[in-house]
Amino acid sequence: MTIQNPKPKIQNRISPAYPLVLPTWIVLGVFFLLPLTILLVISFAQRGTYGSLKPIEDFAQYVRSGKILANYARSLHPIYLQIFWRSVWMAVVTTVLCLALSYPAAYYIAVVAPARRRNFLLGLAVVPFWTSFLIRTYAWMFLLRTEGLINRTLLSAGLISQPLELLYNNFAVLIGLVYGEIPFMILPLYASLEKLDLSLLEASADLGAPRSSTFRRVTVPLTMPGIVAGIILVFVPSLGQFIVSDLLGGARTILAGNLIQNQFAVARNKPFGSAVAFELTAAVLTLLFVYTVYTRKKGQDVLL
Amino acid sequence: MRGRGGFLRAHTWLIYLFLYAPIAILVVFSFNKATQTAVWQGFTTEWYGSLVHNDLILTSVRNSLIVGVAATVVATVFGTLVALALGRYAFRGEGLTRNLLYLPIIIPEVVIGAALVTFFGVVGLRLSLVTVILAHVVFSVSYVAIVVRARLSGFDRSLEEAALDLGARPLQTFWRVTLPLILPGIVSGTLLVFTVSIDDYVITSFVAGVGATTLPLQIYSMLKVGVTPEVNAVSTLLLLLTVVLIVIAQRLQQPPPEGVRD
Repeated sequence: MTIQNPKPKIQNRISPAYPLVLPTWIVLGVFFLLPLTILLVISFAQRGTYGSLKPIEDFAQYVRSGKILANYARSLHPIYLQIFWRSVWMAVVTTVLCLALSYPAAYYIAVVAPARRRNFLLGLAVVPFWTSFLIRTYAWMFLLRTEGLINRTLLSAGLISQPLELLYNNFAVLIGLVYGEIPFMILPLYASLEKLDLSLLEASADLGAPRSSTFRRVTVPLTMPGIVAGIILVFVPSLGQFIVSDLLGGARTILAGNLIQNQFAVARNKPFGSAVAFELTAAVLTLLFVYTVYTRKKGQDVLL
Repeated sequence: MRGRGGFLRAHTWLIYLFLYAPIAILVVFSFNKATQTAVWQGFTTEWYGSLVHNDLILTSVRNSLIVGVAATVVATVFGTLVALALGRYAFRGEGLTRNLLYLPIIIPEVVIGAALVTFFGVVGLRLSLVTVILAHVVFSVSYVAIVVRARLSGFDRSLEEAALDLGARPLQTFWRVTLPLILPGIVSGTLLVFTVSIDDYVITSFVAGVGATTLPLQIYSMLKVGVTPEVNAVSTLLLLLTVVLIVIAQRLQQPPPEGVRD
């Protein structure tokens, strides 16, 4: 049961809401928006010696010569394009795998399982959602490494004579990503499937539709909001991933997140790192903008 | 129908096996006598014992607790206030506030970390536990605001009106009626935010200076050097802590059954 509280209309006097939101505005303004703005400005600068910024002597000349966009131009070099491309397809494969694995599970929890077990089953999906991503990634490192359990087991079973190279490749990163992101897919799918009106499925069956077309033409369209939310919730963090690719991947599995971190921590080229950071942010925000337009059109409630 | 249900059930349990088995194996091997290989060589609690004598780990645990508590307290107060404002008033900048609260959760952690470390450099703030706390407050406020706001949407305003009609002052109404009703939401938000803070690696790795190593940073650097049973032991303890907090938070988030009064 939800109680609708009609909100008072906006009045001309100062709303009592402002003292309540002011502390957060200040915190997020100073320690979030301002830092992002500085980062954006720096993305147009050039690196000086020792990782500092090169002073700009003639600003007009700096703009005219195109140097102002040099970092963005550099990010289009094939080396970096390859990294972006890898980030995108890794995120796509992760999202597809998560969706394919999660939909049947969410369907079972929300529709098939006895009602009294639903909370327990859902709880099992929620706990990993909040538990340490770092440790969950480490768990796979522990399993996949040369001295790890999988290699040990295969060796002692005599199935292999040499340990397999399971770690530090795309395969390991994909496992880590799917493993880490699956809960983010199950939860929105469940939320959608739970609201599914089962009588519509019965109606479809009564009218002679085979199960597969009921699924395709009734179930999937009705749960599309959950599917889209899940895709966003998995795709966006996968795109900006750092830990999984750093721990389970090798030199050839660098993703956009690792490239940014590297420019700040190792290469000391903050301007270039900032430019890449903004390209990533722009990609993420575009996706979310499209998503917001989609949910508005469907008239769904958003989180806040 | 039965056949399909059986398949779906088996599939679901396989997914849960996939989700829980790696963690379970990690926990089991924190009790393994062997130092290097993943071969079971007998039960021991020796790695937990050696944690107590590992100064690096103890310091990092202390740092994590300081950061977690400080960031959580600030974020809980600020986040609750924002949630109250969003829940009951229409004001100019309302939509802007909502979007602003989403951003720290949406924007990749690497970007936030890079922005903050650059900002601290520009304003000349030396990296320390303080910078870590500030960074954690940024993302924590959003989590608290979302959780508390969700709780407010099921809130019965007539209870407050009744209190006011009966002559209670607004502040009195807040302390005696509003706060007790939304308290479960606040506590649950607090616990969630504390877990997120205790777990955070990416943003912290950017803004933690020398001497501000938190537990995840310590675990990470141990992993980079080599996998030891000690890492499994400390990971197990961290997992245990977060799972306990999450289960409590989940319990609190579910609204009490209707008709039940305290």
